[in-house]
Amino acid sequence: MSHPSRSKAYRPPSRLEDYPTGTVFPAGHLVETSSGWRSKRPVIDTERCINCLVCWLLCPEGVIRKSPDGRLEIDYDYCKGCGICARECHPGVILMKQEGA
Amino acid sequence: MENRKERKITARNLDDREFFYGHKGCPGCGGSLAVRLALKVLGEKSFAVLPAGCMSAIGFVFPQMAFSCNAMISTFAGTASMLAGVAAGARALGLEGIHAVGFAGDGGTADIGLQALSGAIDRHDRIIYICYDNEAYMNTGVQKSSLTPTGARTTTSPVGNRLRGAVTPKKQMFEIVAAHGIDYAATASVGHPLDYLRKVEHASRVEGTSYIHVFAPCPVGWGHDSAETIEVAKAAVDCGLLYLAEYTGGGFILNHDPGEFSSIRDYLLGQGRFRHLGEEEIEAIVAQRDSRWQRIRREWRT
Ligand SMILES: Cc1ncc(C[n+]2csc(CCOP(=O)(O)OP(=O)(O)O)c2C)c(N)n1
Ligand code: SF4
Repeated sequence: MSHPSRSKAYRPPSRLEDYPTGTVFPAGHLVETSSGWRSKRPVIDTERCINCLVCWLLCPEGVIRKSPDGRLEIDYDYCKGCGICARECHPGVILMKQEGA
Repeated sequence: MENRKERKITARNLDDREFFYGHKGCPGCGGSLAVRLALKVLGEKSFAVLPAGCMSAIGFVFPQMAFSCNAMISTFAGTASMLAGVAAGARALGLEGIHAVGFAGDGGTADIGLQALSGAIDRHDRIIYICYDNEAYMNTGVQKSSLTPTGARTTTSPVGNRLRGAVTPKKQMFEIVAAHGIDYAATASVGHPLDYLRKVEHASRVEGTSYIHVFAPCPVGWGHDSAETIEVAKAAVDCGLLYLAEYTGGGFILNHDPGEFSSIRDYLLGQGRFRHLGEEEIEAIVAQRDSRWQRIRREWRT
């Protein structure tokens, strides 16, 4: 799997004994998403995408993925809507759409 | 001593896997992009060391853990010494193909972590030290560091009638590490990702200490839109305030000469932290750039 994803099995500690002792715990352990940070969501027009991968390269979150059929898709669980992908896309086929509109 | 078999890295052959994912960085954070890209080059056998600063604060938020390689937090002053320990530990355990890589901010590098870094370079420890330069102490709310450029507004270099932002020049960290006779050093920018990836790849093969100084805009501290991070990082190179260079085999190499510079005025006034600057102040910054570039063009190889 190329991307970690939120662990749905995770339950926050409810008793003191449930907390890990020391400062060591498994890597890539995600329990929360970042989607609530976003006011706009990037939408890729995959028909017009030329697959230059600039957005994939420049996303600070790494949420743009190459799907098995070669199209790019976005992990909206972790996209914060910064807008870098839309700004840097050469053919301009990523649009920022207002959330909830 | 360098292993010559380097891959040319492009967006096509760069690792699809993410090793820095689900972090709590602000939208458009240049520093988090620098960490993400470097780990894609270095891979899962990386041992990342992060001192106090944004990248540790956004990466390790119990129980969320954004690093999916080994990663740990060092003391603020001790990034390079912890890296030296990691490298020694890995050697003692006979681990092969690992990378001890540090990600420290400009404050953690040029101010508080400088002596540990200097010691590691002196010992030629096999470590990769990456300074993501967001030009202030961002995690504690934008205080001036010795890498904050002249004129920039921070909470400790405010703008009023008497003070007009930072009054000191930006320390030349790249030249400071080069003056140690370091095995490999480079400057980079998140606005030039392929150049940055190539330098990380090169550093991963150097049998000794590598230092990469990567320019990493911070929308929050600099006062620009989160979508403009890459543009700002590119503009810094185009207007000549930032140079892309390497120090290797005892000599300086200039990787990119913009020729005719783009407008420093546009670069500065596009960011909230510089918006108070008047024409005279901007001209002084232009003059500084010109004298630096005169020296670079005269003395460095291309
Ligand atoms: C010894 C010590 N002094 C002060 C602090 C408080 N502190 C935590 S993060 C930080 C700012 C770090 O700035 P920088 O190294 O530039 O990294 P950035 O936050 O910009 O990524 C400070 C001062 C600390 N954690 N440890
Ligand atoms: S304050 Fe700046 S450097 Fe820190 S996480 Fe936010 S954008 Fe990144």
